[in-house]
Amino acid sequence: MIKFIKYSFFNLIRSYWTIIYFVFFLIISSTILYFSADLTKSIVSMMNIVTVLIPLVAIIFGAIFYYNSREFTELLLAQPIKRSSLLIGQYTGLSLSLSLSFVAGVSIPFLTQGILASDHLIDFLLILMAGVCLSFSMSAIAFAIALKHEDRIRGFSIALFIWFFLAILYDGLLLILLILFKDYPTDYLAITVTILNPVDLSRVMIMLGLDISALMGQTSAVFLKFFGTLKGISISFISLLCWILIPALLIVKIARKKDF
Amino acid sequence: MINIQGLNKHYNKNHVLKDINLNISDPGIYAILGPNGSGKTTLLKSIIGLVIPEKGDIRVNGINVQDTPLYRNEISYLPQVARFPDNLRVVEVIKLIKDIRNQEADEFQLIDLFGLEAEMKKKLGNLSGGTRQKVNMLLGFLFDTPVIILDEPTNSLDPVSLTKFKKMIFEKKQQGKIIIYTTHIMSFVEEFSDKIFLLLDGRIIFTGDLQGILKETLESSLENAIVHLVDRNGNDKIY
Repeated sequence: MIKFIKYSFFNLIRSYWTIIYFVFFLIISSTILYFSADLTKSIVSMMNIVTVLIPLVAIIFGAIFYYNSREFTELLLAQPIKRSSLLIGQYTGLSLSLSLSFVAGVSIPFLTQGILASDHLIDFLLILMAGVCLSFSMSAIAFAIALKHEDRIRGFSIALFIWFFLAILYDGLLLILLILFKDYPTDYLAITVTILNPVDLSRVMIMLGLDISALMGQTSAVFLKFFGTLKGISISFISLLCWILIPALLIVKIARKKDF
Repeated sequence: MINIQGLNKHYNKNHVLKDINLNISDPGIYAILGPNGSGKTTLLKSIIGLVIPEKGDIRVNGINVQDTPLYRNEISYLPQVARFPDNLRVVEVIKLIKDIRNQEADEFQLIDLFGLEAEMKKKLGNLSGGTRQKVNMLLGFLFDTPVIILDEPTNSLDPVSLTKFKKMIFEKKQQGKIIIYTTHIMSFVEEFSDKIFLLLDGRIIFTGDLQGILKETLESSLENAIVHLVDRNGNDKIY
């Protein structure tokens, strides 16, 4: 599997788009830091970018990468290797290259602003952790969708819809749900629904770290009330790991029965 | 060496392979022919393990191909379409395949044969279709395996490379290999085939050698013989 991680990683890290992705984060982080004097505000701005943009890029990159390497995958599968080793290796290589672009692009400006010595180091690390988890989770979802659907247009449409649903639509639906059930205790409902969305989970995780969760929406407030900061962050993180593991297992399951 | 019993495969509602029985045990060159969509590639991919059969049994050297990927150590495969990761160099792809197989390989002879010395450090995304096919060919013949499976190997090859390819096929035959290929170029089959399997709508409608097919159809060329058999089997697809 390591060989496949290496080849996918080195193929992608030299790609034009990976470099653009890195430069984008470099510019956006530098701009946010330049215009906002307060590090907390910068981190909140970064959080909004991370939780919307990373899922979108990871889901599109994931689908493009699988469809583009379709024929090479076939050639590799004709070698004496297991399907799961190749596909999980390719997926890991892709997620690593996306994560590296993001981490490097964001870290350079923040490090130059002295984030290491500031009180916000933990918050910054939470942003990085959320971004990396989202990269791994959403590219696994995209990979599984692309594996399942040979038709590229169909695959892309489903992948984009999932992004739209998780990153944009979900919060609105959650709000409607909470209003509809306002006469009942909705705390458990809010927690469950949040755990079912990796984008919301990463937002909650970052906000809990920032200690402003009570000001930034009901779900974070509920997490804080029920679990406290540390337990809340841990639960969000473990749930995010499940959001990586389950789609990755799905890749293995689909690959086992697929005709290449 | 390769034994297929009662192989069936559907793609959605399309029954692509219907009760295929096939046995290849002697060294030689085997041509799988048939109109577009007759199931040639699916049959080859089933042997390689890329396509999972619904019914039937495929064994290579007595090993069921669904049980382990290790039987592929005995097989070299040349896919129909050659596409590689755009940002890897030719030399890196060769190294990757060598790392995976961990078998002895003599790439230098093949690099020399296909004139790929100047391309080795170029990224695969910058190569022409013909050069990519040469790289595909190089990877297909990289290892000394008893079975070689080629899916339309003559695609996009220039006349010089085609001549070299023919020479290589001849040498592999002399070395006692089993070579199985599909093609639409009948002159190639006339030149290189010990046995022909003719597929039509997922069934093998003829098994035999070149003389056999000509004798059975009373035609003077393979092309006409195939049209004759396709017509006789009630199919009006143009070959």
